Amino acid sequence: MLEVWSVSQLAQTVQEAIRAEPRLNDLWVEGEISNIRPGHGGHLYFTIKDHQAQVRCVMFGGRWRAGALENGHHVLAHGRVDYFMARGDLQFYVDFIEAAGVGIFRAEFERVRKKLEEEGLFDVARKRPLPPFPQRIGVATSPVGAVFHDICNVIRRRWPLAEVVLAPTPVQGAEAVAGIVAAIRRLNEEGVDVIIVARGGGSWEELWPFNEEVVARAIFASHVPVIAGVGHEPDVTIADLVADKRAPTPSAAAELAVPDATQMTRMIHAHMQTLDTALGRLLEGRRRELHRALARLEAHAPTVAQWGQQLTRLWHRLAELSQLHAQRLRQRLNGLQAQLGALNPRAVLGRGYAIVRKRGEEVVTSVAHVAPGDPLDIFVADGHFPAEVSQQYGF
Amino acid sequence: MASEEPSFEELYRRLEEVVARLEAGGLGLEESLALYEEGMRLARRCQEMLDAAELRITRLRDELGLYTREGAALPEEGWGD
Repeated sequence: MLEVWSVSQLAQTVQEAIRAEPRLNDLWVEGEISNIRPGHGGHLYFTIKDHQAQVRCVMFGGRWRAGALENGHHVLAHGRVDYFMARGDLQFYVDFIEAAGVGIFRAEFERVRKKLEEEGLFDVARKRPLPPFPQRIGVATSPVGAVFHDICNVIRRRWPLAEVVLAPTPVQGAEAVAGIVAAIRRLNEEGVDVIIVARGGGSWEELWPFNEEVVARAIFASHVPVIAGVGHEPDVTIADLVADKRAPTPSAAAELAVPDATQMTRMIHAHMQTLDTALGRLLEGRRRELHRALARLEAHAPTVAQWGQQLTRLWHRLAELSQLHAQRLRQRLNGLQAQLGALNPRAVLGRGYAIVRKRGEEVVTSVAHVAPGDPLDIFVADGHFPAEVSQQYGF
Repeated sequence: MASEEPSFEELYRRLEEVVARLEAGGLGLEESLALYEEGMRLARRCQEMLDAAELRITRLRDELGLYTREGAALPEEGWGD
């Protein structure tokens, strides 16, 4: 059936077809740069071509350095392809560019390194310290070959207290990347204290899985510290850069992972010696203190005796004083009694005084109280008798 | 795993603590003696653990099934590159 498409339909269909092709979403292109021109917003527009074809390219601002690219440069460009509908153009959106001479592996390494570095995966601040006494050591490596054997030998020699947990994985070839990622995840689930990701030496291509972004992200995502021991010095892989600790070889990684029992034995003995010394010093100190105290006691012995005598004297003096005090009190009491006796009216009458009372009335204390002929009663010490006023005289 | 007994690390950390406290001084005689005894006990236990240790090796299941496929009885070690 005949059908007429709109231009938009056509463009949309082409765009969808391109976006649906995974190979066009992540690829490297080699070619010669031409027609460079800076555009709006810091974007850079250029063309990559070979002797038969060319493709329009755009590199967004911030991804390229001014002056780093020139017409005629032979480059490796990484990015994705898309269809720009408004202009009807097929465009290659470049995110990383490298001189073609370095080769595709080096270019890819640089691309991933730069990308992960910008994301902070290599930050020194996020590197975790290794546990000083790991009990379970996870090892992600091949179960065949010398690497695992070497690692076990090092740990057996240095720290036989540990348990080595092997997560077997191929370390080269098509299944290595998935295997290494799965092994790291599995060891995390297993709850090991530290993970060694290891592989023996090999060509750059053989070591390649350790430069893959997903392996780097698996190492980064690990909850326990990861030690990378890949290849031989001076090979540096992306895995080395993202790991918490990097060792030049698998055996060196095992050395880093565990303490040394011989060293620990020395430390334990040093601690025992310190304990002995500290206690010895303490006891010696106590002994000296006691000696000093005894010496002081002896030196002060005469004084102590003197104090005793002084005390006895004081005691006696106190007793004397209280006796004296009691005597004085007694004397004073006698005196008071005598005074009190003197105030008794009968005692006064005894000394020759008499009380004169008008008969039936009050005591007479004045001549004015009586008149001649008044009857009186006179009281003396042992009785009384009647009398009568005859005259009044003042003194 | 025998997790009832304290780990080497726990014992060793305690040993370091005991040593530091005894070294700092300022403690009574009784307390110092108790620390000394504890420290010596810890040190001996740590040493025993080191002397008696034997490395254990556990091998997890192969996630991709590469080494267990078709009864592939690959040697634990050997091959050597």
